[in-house]
Amino acid sequence: MPFVYNFPFFSIFICMISGIVTPLLKNGRWAYRLSLFASGAGLVLSSILLGTIGPSGQSYSFMMGHFPAPWGNELSVGPLEAVLAVAICLVMLMALLGGRKDIFDDILPEKQKLYFIMMNEILAALLALTYTNDIFTAYVFIEISTIAACAIVMAKDQSATLVATMRYLIMSLLGSGLVLIGIVLLYCITGHLLFPNLQQRVLELVATGQYTMPLTVVVGLIVLGLGIKSAMFPFHLWLPPAHGSATTASSSVLSGLVVKGYIILMIRLFYKVFTIEVIRELRITNMIFLFGLAGMIVGSVGAIKEGHIKRMLAYSSVAQLGYVFMGIGLGTDIGVMAACFQILVHASTKPMLFGCASALSASRHHNKQLHALRGAAYENKLAGVGFTVGALSMIGIPLFAGFAAKVFFASATMAQPVKMWMTLLTLALSTVLNALYYIPAVTVLWSRPVDGETGEKQPKDPAFAVSTVVFIAAVFFLGICYQPVVELIQTGLSLL
Amino acid sequence: MEHLLINHYETAAVILFGIGFLNLLLQNNLVKKVIGFGVMDSAVYLFLASQGYIEGRMAPILVGEVAHAADYINPIPAGLVLTGIVVSVSVTAFSLALIQRLYQKYQTVNFDEIVQLARQKGDE
Amino acid sequence: MSKMARIRKEKKTPWQKFCAWVNGDAAEQMLLPAQPPKESKKKAAKAKREKTTSNHRKDMGLGQFDHIYRICAVLIGIAIVSVLMAVVLKLPLFGSPDNPSVNEVVERYVEKGLEETGAVNMVAGMILDYRAFDTFGESSVLFLAVTCVTMLLMRDRNNTDKKEDMLTAQEHVIEGYEEDIILTKISRLIIPCALVYGIYVVLNGHLSPGGGFSGGTIMGSALILFAVSYGMIRMSRFFTYATFRKVTSSALMVYAASKAYSFFTGANHLESHIPLGTPGAILSSGLILVLDICVGIVVACTMYGFYALFTKGEL
Repeated sequence: MPFVYNFPFFSIFICMISGIVTPLLKNGRWAYRLSLFASGAGLVLSSILLGTIGPSGQSYSFMMGHFPAPWGNELSVGPLEAVLAVAICLVMLMALLGGRKDIFDDILPEKQKLYFIMMNEILAALLALTYTNDIFTAYVFIEISTIAACAIVMAKDQSATLVATMRYLIMSLLGSGLVLIGIVLLYCITGHLLFPNLQQRVLELVATGQYTMPLTVVVGLIVLGLGIKSAMFPFHLWLPPAHGSATTASSSVLSGLVVKGYIILMIRLFYKVFTIEVIRELRITNMIFLFGLAGMIVGSVGAIKEGHIKRMLAYSSVAQLGYVFMGIGLGTDIGVMAACFQILVHASTKPMLFGCASALSASRHHNKQLHALRGAAYENKLAGVGFTVGALSMIGIPLFAGFAAKVFFASATMAQPVKMWMTLLTLALSTVLNALYYIPAVTVLWSRPVDGETGEKQPKDPAFAVSTVVFIAAVFFLGICYQPVVELIQTGLSLL
Repeated sequence: MEHLLINHYETAAVILFGIGFLNLLLQNNLVKKVIGFGVMDSAVYLFLASQGYIEGRMAPILVGEVAHAADYINPIPAGLVLTGIVVSVSVTAFSLALIQRLYQKYQTVNFDEIVQLARQKGDE
Repeated sequence: MSKMARIRKEKKTPWQKFCAWVNGDAAEQMLLPAQPPKESKKKAAKAKREKTTSNHRKDMGLGQFDHIYRICAVLIGIAIVSVLMAVVLKLPLFGSPDNPSVNEVVERYVEKGLEETGAVNMVAGMILDYRAFDTFGESSVLFLAVTCVTMLLMRDRNNTDKKEDMLTAQEHVIEGYEEDIILTKISRLIIPCALVYGIYVVLNGHLSPGGGFSGGTIMGSALILFAVSYGMIRMSRFFTYATFRKVTSSALMVYAASKAYSFFTGANHLESHIPLGTPGAILSSGLILVLDICVGIVVACTMYGFYALFTKGEL
């Protein structure tokens, strides 16, 4: 076996071990450096892996121990997983860089180390959710990411964040309870926990027509549970307070990565366990499709009504996640491909928006109400540019990443006439709604202050500059040179 | 009906799951919410543990030199339940700590009241 | 106030009594039989707040929303229970040897378990060798939980005020000179036994029921008993937050390192060179014993950590 094949395992373990070592470090600064190292190492390893297996389209499973598939734990790696892992590590690294100032301002010095433990473990859990080939391992890592995600929300330690964390925690517990009982039922009717064996048994069950009802319920429970955790439409109410009140790096990681982790797992379960054909036959995709459409509208309407800039961005996340669910709900390979692309687009845009919003509000005494930010872009031009680029991408202007995603969604629906009309109408409506809140926000930021009031000058922050530039580059890369990425996703999906 | 009686552990687990689920949704008292979550999780573990049992076989601890698969019950559910219990202990500790902090701030464990108070504070 | 007074005055139907009992009002009444008429400030404030919140709710039409939410929740709950009931109807029979879950996986765990992992206790062999990645994740969950509780409850300027500081200082003074003689004498007897028993359970994890998690909990309870009977000051002579951090992190490091070694060798089809020993001996079953000890240490520290943080907010 080539040595490169070990890299997924190395990247997961590097992150977990950095989390374990962090309490022994001297102070928060060192913990921060260690976190940067862990995500940087993950990025390098995943990129090398992608470079090796991406072009040739290989996939393999990696034994975690001395025992093969039905007996021991496994990881399974292919181009899709590698692309997602690169994106996850990159966004984590950039979120840490971009939110550095706020982390050290918002969190008490003695608790900063603990915050970075959570960041490392979240990264490990996300990588594990991306790579795992075992449904119970997936459950354990879902719990790790739940606890760590709640912890990074509450790390700011104000009344608003504590209440938001409680809400988030209750919904997450509900979700993991449903996922767990789904997994238990699945074990009960198949007797396996590893994906390949599960898939074999599920196909047998479908062919013989045995246990059809329990199987439907299992899929329903797992989708419902993961949907609650990733803010699918009727269960999205926990998201805006949690993402809107946390510290910048937390907001970026939560909206850019954590909610996506569960969706990635859902997609992998659909392909590797239940197979997309079975899901389509059980009509679960139609439910996901409708929830996705509703989420796109409801999220945008919520964002229009919101005056707090971070909560507005959080509502916009609900809408963007609606796109992802809509893509999965189409129930075709090309739809899921568009959903994966949208995951990458949103993961590179939303953290930048959160980072820039905080940087802009820094010169206004951290007042995040939109009307207080009039003209803030002139005091921090880079943040203003970053926010504008992100906003244009979210609206879906050509050359920006969001546009490419929307084109993919539109073309993915061509085969299904009924869904096509619904999708196209909702896409158009949601684009208009997106413009209705992003354009005023951008206008406010770039309009001259009325009474010549200017905020205090902020010291230069090179880390923030690096992260914003990288994110802007990523948005343009996905918007213009999307072809190689899309090909990788397609080969990855066909190998799942 | 007979099926339900034979699968009585599963039936009881499902009823307990419903009780826990409704407690988690309906209780305003946060501590009771956490208790509801505990009931819900324990119900799942009861369900899982009952899957491992096989009539007339021994616990999965080896007796003698050679093991025959037909002599022992299924060890997998036991391991999974163990993992699950640890997870739910951790989550319970976390949520109770959070409740303690909220109580310090607001002098109440009623979630509706806490939300109202937080909102009032935000308005002022 | 209003609730208790009402309960005392009104004649109660058995149903109301039952409700009161379920809500814990009855116990409150029994424990605090005659509350003096003057209301404490806190309660008055609470009553006032209740009033404002209820007004507030009416203003915002939340009362109605609450009603709808409750009905929906009950409906969803009933729907989920009935669907699950229907599933139970279709599930394989309880205790039957022909269930789908009894397959080649179980067969190998039972028949080859001793040979491949060296553990007599098949559950230990399964969770610490065949499916060790899960268990590593699970220990990390414990580690994360105790870290979260530390983040929330460890004293800092956000979660303490002067009153609490005074209370703690008072408690320290009391701890200094007052020793409960019955408690200390008995715990002097019990603590060594509990510790030894915990160590026994940990060390025999691969031979008999038990293992790191159960043994660690027993050891943790011994630590808690020590802290209860001798006070935190004595405890801090040998167990401080720094010790706690060092012990937990190094135990988890050993765990991670040994598992990383075995995953690496396993995946690359290398020989692991770890002797499995004679089955049934304490020093057998390769890494499982080491892992059990690490898990035991982590669990014991975590349990004590929970206790200390919840009661005092410090370790």
